[in-house]
Amino acid sequence: MALDHSYVGRKYPPTAPYQVGREKIREFATAIGATDPAYHDPGAARALGHPDVVAPPTFPVVLSMAAGEQLFVDPALGIDYSRVVHGDQRFVYLRPVVAGDELVSVITIDEISSRGGHDFLTSRTEISTTGGELVVTVWTKIVVRGEG
Amino acid sequence: MELPVKRYRITRADLVRYAGASGDFNPIHWNERVATGVGLPGVIAHGMFTMALVGRAVTEWAGAPDAVVDLSVRFTRPVVVPDDEDGTEIEVSAKVREVLPGGLTWLDLTATCAGVKVLAQAKAGIRPAPGSAVTEV
Repeated sequence: MALDHSYVGRKYPPTAPYQVGREKIREFATAIGATDPAYHDPGAARALGHPDVVAPPTFPVVLSMAAGEQLFVDPALGIDYSRVVHGDQRFVYLRPVVAGDELVSVITIDEISSRGGHDFLTSRTEISTTGGELVVTVWTKIVVRGEG
Repeated sequence: MELPVKRYRITRADLVRYAGASGDFNPIHWNERVATGVGLPGVIAHGMFTMALVGRAVTEWAGAPDAVVDLSVRFTRPVVVPDDEDGTEIEVSAKVREVLPGGLTWLDLTATCAGVKVLAQAKAGIRPAPGSAVTEV
């Protein structure tokens, strides 16, 4: 069943604030083998002008994935999660995420298309501080594979 | 303007660690039974893990952990990770496409696994540190 194209432009409510923790950044950096001291040592991050440890470039996926849950549980949109494949991913930064940030995500459906029996949905997640400063925008394109 | 190739080994243990760190517990990334049950050749790496390694390569080339202003990829082929000590390896390479006035630098990126491209249209916009691999080329 094709996704409802009238959902293009739909914006979901902001997520609860996410507190970016120093240990979470270290855990993520360790998991991807990123050893730069600025990911681990607040002193090294401060030497680069940041208030605390810096998150690696793809860290915001932790937040954008949580925001994306809203699409998957929206019964009216009707995405069959078991048929979802990750298509494209993009991050555009105004500044890196740092420990101590309190971030809120707002997800919007930018585009829906259907081709060859498959549906394609692009979402845009704007991740801002609770003070309203936009930090990073995340685009995710998913493919919902058709049946048969 | 090729940058030195980066190679990263991926084992099942790495996938479990990444699942925990990222919060993506989809069983196709750690459970052979589920992966083959949905028609995959075996357990595959999270696309976002591959992208994270690409981000790591880019920051290493740029010589700065905070260099990335834009990073984008298209996932084209899965990275299958065998259940053994060696796992698999991905190779990340890059070419400097453009250096804009003010220093913003665009890289065209390639990631392969066993000689097969696993990403397409991958690129990064970075602000490299002085003296980094990117500014040396």
